[in-house]
Amino acid sequence: MLRTTLARRTLGNAAAALAVLLLSGTAAFAQEASGKLVIVTSFPKDLTTAYQQAFQKAYPKVTVEILNRNTNAGVKYLQETASNNGVDLFWASAPDAFEVLKSAQLLQPYKPKVEGIPEKVGAYPVNDPEGMYAGFAASGYGIMWNTRYMKANDLPVPKEWADLTKPAYYDHVAISAPSRSGTTHLTIETILQGEGWEKGWRTNKEMAGNYRTITERSFGVPDGVNSGAFGVGIVIDFFALSSQASGFPVEFAYPTVTTIVPANIGVVKNAPNKAAAETFVDFLLSPKGQEVLLEPAIRRLPVNPATYEKAPAGYPNPFKDKSLGAQVNFDVNVSQARYNVVDALFDQLITFQLDDLKAATKAIQQGEAALAKKPNDKAKALLAEARDLVAAMPVTAEQAADPQLAGAFTVERKSAKDAVPERQAQIEQKWAAFAKENYAAARKKADEAMALVR
Amino acid sequence: MTSLALTRDRIARVRPGPALAALLIAAFLLLFLVVPVVQVIFVAFQDKTTGAFTLVNFADFFRNDLFMRSFGNSVYVSAMSVVVASLLALPLAYLTTRFEFRGAVLIQSLGIIPLIMPPFIGAVAMQLLFGRNGTVNLLLRDHFGFSIPFMEGLNGVIFVQSIHYFPFILINLSASLKIIDRAMEESAQNLGCHGFRLFRRIVFPLAMPGYVAGASLVFIKVFDDLGTPLLLNVNDMLAPQAYLRISSIGIADPMGYVISVVLIACSLLALWVSALAMRGKDYATVQRGGGGLAKRRLKPLELVAAYGIVLLILVLVLAPHIGLGLLSFATIWSFSPLPDAFTLKHYHTVFTESGQYITNTLLYASLAALLDVAIGTAIAYLVLRTKLPGRQWLDYVAMAALAVPGVVLGIGYLRSFYGVPMPFSGQPLSNFWLILVFALAIRRLPYALRACTAALQQVSSSLEEAAENLGATKLRTVGRIVVPLMSGGILAGFVTSFATAAVELSATIMLVHSQSDAPLAYGLYVYMQSAAGRGPGAALGIFAVIIVGLGTYLSHVVIERGRRERGQDH
Repeated sequence: MLRTTLARRTLGNAAAALAVLLLSGTAAFAQEASGKLVIVTSFPKDLTTAYQQAFQKAYPKVTVEILNRNTNAGVKYLQETASNNGVDLFWASAPDAFEVLKSAQLLQPYKPKVEGIPEKVGAYPVNDPEGMYAGFAASGYGIMWNTRYMKANDLPVPKEWADLTKPAYYDHVAISAPSRSGTTHLTIETILQGEGWEKGWRTNKEMAGNYRTITERSFGVPDGVNSGAFGVGIVIDFFALSSQASGFPVEFAYPTVTTIVPANIGVVKNAPNKAAAETFVDFLLSPKGQEVLLEPAIRRLPVNPATYEKAPAGYPNPFKDKSLGAQVNFDVNVSQARYNVVDALFDQLITFQLDDLKAATKAIQQGEAALAKKPNDKAKALLAEARDLVAAMPVTAEQAADPQLAGAFTVERKSAKDAVPERQAQIEQKWAAFAKENYAAARKKADEAMALVR
Repeated sequence: MTSLALTRDRIARVRPGPALAALLIAAFLLLFLVVPVVQVIFVAFQDKTTGAFTLVNFADFFRNDLFMRSFGNSVYVSAMSVVVASLLALPLAYLTTRFEFRGAVLIQSLGIIPLIMPPFIGAVAMQLLFGRNGTVNLLLRDHFGFSIPFMEGLNGVIFVQSIHYFPFILINLSASLKIIDRAMEESAQNLGCHGFRLFRRIVFPLAMPGYVAGASLVFIKVFDDLGTPLLLNVNDMLAPQAYLRISSIGIADPMGYVISVVLIACSLLALWVSALAMRGKDYATVQRGGGGLAKRRLKPLELVAAYGIVLLILVLVLAPHIGLGLLSFATIWSFSPLPDAFTLKHYHTVFTESGQYITNTLLYASLAALLDVAIGTAIAYLVLRTKLPGRQWLDYVAMAALAVPGVVLGIGYLRSFYGVPMPFSGQPLSNFWLILVFALAIRRLPYALRACTAALQQVSSSLEEAAENLGATKLRTVGRIVVPLMSGGILAGFVTSFATAAVELSATIMLVHSQSDAPLAYGLYVYMQSAAGRGPGAALGIFAVIIVGLGTYLSHVVIERGRRERGQDH
């Protein structure tokens, strides 16, 4: 068994080599791509299989090999294996993963041949200005809920992020950690840019006070909403739309503060099968390729406006519905400068302090409920102080964008001379202690207020 | 004179055969365990900015509230899991070995199934059954107005881990109970000791070595298990912290590697402590051949109670698989005690899409398990029957694999073997599918090694001497006498390695480089990333359980037949 497998593989390699030889000889005559195309992707099987089949039907000489890894692991894999690259395409949602690859010079430029794709979707440019990667589908961020759960728990339907800060949702909401999910990172960053640093963090922390859990996988959130483990989830739209199309009792809404962001594909530097890789990119953007996005199990927003004519009724259309993602003018540079700092802040102030944050939130919510029944100025002031303590941040927007601070979190140290003022672990410990103290103090103040109005 | 004789004896005993075997094994362990792991661990001792050697990262670890809390939680969860797993295992082991009990063999076999919990799915199924809005709590709330927080926070981890790993205690404890000398119990009874006192003062102490062996395995596995806490979103434990740091931040931040070092150190400590405890209790297994404890017939009322307890425990420990089975037939299962409807569609999907995963898994897991028992037998023989200097170290190093997180091994393999081109094809060595087999074999070697060592301990060396006196060569003696007599233990080692390797995810996910080479666990991972994939994922999980379950059953049959043929049946 072992030997035959070996033999088969060697033979396969020889055949592939021969095919490449033949192809390079005849390339001038035949444009058609062939050979093996290796794609590293974070997309679910439903999407990749649909494209794999559609593409192989259109280009029968190409064998598409899909390697499924989450975005971070995919980036790491490309970095670890760059010395002898065997991957043709990197295909994932988060634009920032592509930025990491771009700055590590692991991508090569390609300008798609397809015409009719607009410059922008929502307020976000579809393609990388330097042509290192191209957008092929758009997604927005929003709120997903389980209708059975909402009915059983008598919960109102949420529309805006601010709704999720209300006491009614205490212990019913879930999100994935932005440090683990590129899409959640964009959601958090969108709120920070849409509402400003201070107010944006206040919203984020007040929502977090109602979190049931913070999952480690992006898919953990729609999975939990689907099964009814929790009622409300903060997700990227297609998770909700495809769950709905699969038959789960879930619904979805885009809040006003959202960003429509393209999901991307990029040709990897030194791609073994560059010709097929480029053909695949063009196929994705072609009318045929764009229509695949409308399939019930996929449900992403095409970047080709013409495709929406074939969409089912009620399908969101960012090119027609101008309110989608228009309110936030998402600044990629701002996001880039503070990327790791925002993740680390979220982890240290929210993810790893969730129990304390929830306890403080609960105390404040109870105090306010009691206050509504029995007004008391001193208690009101105490509760406002408590809310401020919860919302307080250890760093300002300027500090967060400071390269000195960001330096402690950078992925690669450029040279030994690069000054790093403090070690990452030290900074994190400082922030965690800050959060712990503030949440405890907030809880104490809320309890004092409660004693006054009881 | 004595010392001279000893030296001569030692020289005479160091034959080229065993020495060569030892060297080969040492080279294998060095290449596929020590070098890759050390490559990764090295980062823990490096200054981030200068790259110089430093211990400041460890100081940071101990100064950090989160890491210390994670450390405390890990110790607590591991210890509590040992307690709960003991509560599950003790009655099953005791009732089935101590009393005449129908279905004892079935119970012992079913006791293996929980070990085969396919990644991702075990915890998903448990959430559906025992979660806040799972079957049990929905029913409780509807009918009685209260719910039980089985799956909340650390409790959830303890609950799932105890169910997953209690077989380690069950298997070892049953084996110990079976070989207790009946005479011991009878003398105690003659001296007037009965009932619980008899159990507490005589039976339990005598069964202690098996219990300690099982309990220490449970402790270590829970201590560095990653999948369960991660899936239950409990992140303030050490293994998830290490994984989160390594997979999201990478080499820029050494803390992930520091945590890995701490994990390995703690596991080795636990092994060492249990080895000390075992050494002290060795007398318990010296007297053999008593035929085990006298089996007592239960009174009718006792019998009902006993069956009740056994049934309750079995339902509890098989719950993940019951949930998985339901999920694999379910259309939609959302916020309701049972799925909305049932379908065979998911099995059809898996049949048409996933044949490759299954054949790959069978190939990889069986090759890995073969490698494990071969190396395990060899190490056991070298340690127990030769006087090679440093032989004990082979055992220590192989056991250390138990504590190496899968991700660390995966990254280490990429670092060590990606730059090495394969002969002929020129593709990187780490892309060769056999590397996956080696990763699986290294991760499972400790199980096989312990089983083989235990088996060899029960083979009297006088049998070998007899064979050699009759003119057989050493190799022939080992091949014709020792290995056949060890077959029971070897098979047990094979089964445990095979069963657990078949569902291993953490190391493989880093190393899979092409779909056609991917094993089943990778397929499960891919399915479980989308709403439409949950059903097919569960169906694939059921396949995994059936494959491994069948393997377990078949090897039981083979073991029993072998025992009967050799007249060891009693």
